[in-house]
Amino acid sequence: MFELPSGAEIQNIIASLKAGAGSFIPEIYLSILFMALILVDLATKGRKPILLGWLTFAGLAGSMFFIHQQHQMEAGELFFGMYVLDEFAIFFKYFFVVSAMFAVVLTMADRRFDTEVKSIGEYYALIVAMLIGMVMMAAASDLLMVFLSMELVSLSAYVLSGYFKRDGRSSEAALKYLVYGAVSSGLMIYGFSLIYGLTAQTNLLLISAELAEHGYDPLVMMLATLLILAGFGYKIGAVPFHFWSPDVYEGAPTPVTAYLSVASKAAGFALLLRFFYIVIPHGLSPYEDIAGSEWLALLAIISVASMIYGNVVAIWQKNVKRLLAYSSIAHAGYLLLGVIVMDSIGTQAVLFYLLSYLLMNYGAFYVIILISNRTGSENLDDYRGLGRKMPLAGAALTVFLISLVGLPPTVGFIGKLFIFSALLSKGSLYVGLALVGIMTSVISLYYYMLIPLNMFLRESLEPNEREQNPGLFANVLMAVLMVLTIWFGLFFEPLSEFAHYSSALFGLSFY
Amino acid sequence: MEQLTAIGINHYLTISAILFALGLFAVMTRRNAIVILMGVELILNAANINFLAFSKWNGGMEGVMFSLFVIVLAAAEAAVALAIIINIYKIFNTVDVSSVDSMKE
Repeated sequence: MFELPSGAEIQNIIASLKAGAGSFIPEIYLSILFMALILVDLATKGRKPILLGWLTFAGLAGSMFFIHQQHQMEAGELFFGMYVLDEFAIFFKYFFVVSAMFAVVLTMADRRFDTEVKSIGEYYALIVAMLIGMVMMAAASDLLMVFLSMELVSLSAYVLSGYFKRDGRSSEAALKYLVYGAVSSGLMIYGFSLIYGLTAQTNLLLISAELAEHGYDPLVMMLATLLILAGFGYKIGAVPFHFWSPDVYEGAPTPVTAYLSVASKAAGFALLLRFFYIVIPHGLSPYEDIAGSEWLALLAIISVASMIYGNVVAIWQKNVKRLLAYSSIAHAGYLLLGVIVMDSIGTQAVLFYLLSYLLMNYGAFYVIILISNRTGSENLDDYRGLGRKMPLAGAALTVFLISLVGLPPTVGFIGKLFIFSALLSKGSLYVGLALVGIMTSVISLYYYMLIPLNMFLRESLEPNEREQNPGLFANVLMAVLMVLTIWFGLFFEPLSEFAHYSSALFGLSFY
Repeated sequence: MEQLTAIGINHYLTISAILFALGLFAVMTRRNAIVILMGVELILNAANINFLAFSKWNGGMEGVMFSLFVIVLAAAEAAVALAIIINIYKIFNTVDVSSVDSMKE
């Protein structure tokens, strides 16, 4: 049935693989870093966690050099259409590397790692493995590659969230993440098989061409899209695929929670943008295409449900990590608004919002770790009076939370501004969505501000405790993050320029 | 009548749909973590049958390759999953997902 390729064909295949490898250097470098970390851990017998941490940090910083070189390369497909290189993918490479570096810094700050785990060993290696998976998710252009990279991210994340093996909550987080993850990836792969059946292609560009040329059965397409949305929705943590997130966020080690909430969510959005923008056929405007508006309506429902559910349920939370879990569900809703816009302004808004989310969410989790080092708890009641004992931490956390609400003069405000203005520029149909977004932001003000309220305005349970300094490095990092959050709120030009430059997706027809 | 007797793509798709439904049923109704994973395994294999049937009918190799990768990844996932479940059993003395629930308020 299938003929063996001739010698000349094999030569061609080898030549094209070689050409692809030249544009694949950051991923190769990260894979080498992954293996090197395991070897260094073996050589030091896991006794030097600090060395391993800084080694990971330096290795990740080094990968920026190779990613930077990719700006000169031409956008295009590699490895027979499995993978693409474009500005969009390069943006996410930077994004994920920076968030992995933050995750490493947060891990080194977290004192729970000293007591809970004997050897930090595979931890940093798994962070890098998850990073490789996410980098590939942002650049995958074949259903097979999408599936493989998502599974690489998921498998590393299951282990990371259960890394405190003897802690019941951490293990429970791993189990919940695993059960929901396995089911949703199963649903997604069934959706892929239906798409393959409709088009006989697995490459995203070819699928899109096939669908546009020959048409399709709308019912089957809708079913397949729903099933695939289950997989993507699980990654971005949007309603109704959010059930795992509160428990996982609360139970997992805090650096892992931060990593999941920022990087894994961003990877889901990278995939969502690429998949829906490229695969689903659309005319020059979404209004013209009825088939396109079906799934737009679907995304709109998911987005509105996420914003309302996340922001309303967060009001009753007593644990700060759990509160941020619900807030991250709400943020998935805001980001989906940017996806719905379906043009380069929308993509730019999503990318900018993700950048601002990186800054403010890592900042918030960093302060939570410092506070939990001191009090050993993440309960809202234990935050009472902390503002006097840890003034800088209190101020920094307040700034990050204001940014999460989306109030000026912070970067979170500019992010929301971009999203809503992108929505409004598409016309009156989207005003309702923007209104829901603004109303739910107002709700979110209440529960975010509960934290500063407890820190500054309520008396501590133990008023005689003395002031405590978290250390020079922690103070400097907190101050830098706090200043950056405000700085980019005032001078957002460089970030928005970068986001605009990065919104070019390879093979997209409607720009 | 001929449609029913001659084995065509519809037969494969029907089997796969039944398998998918059974898997989804197991995932939704069972509480034992291992049985849930068995349900996931059914869903994955339903997708495999789809891929192979479509691959045969469309005449491409992509479906075959896809199902090979799905099989390998299912094995990898089972390895990680069982490690996590063993750890859960050590701590909670049960693999019932509804009783492993210490965090709800």
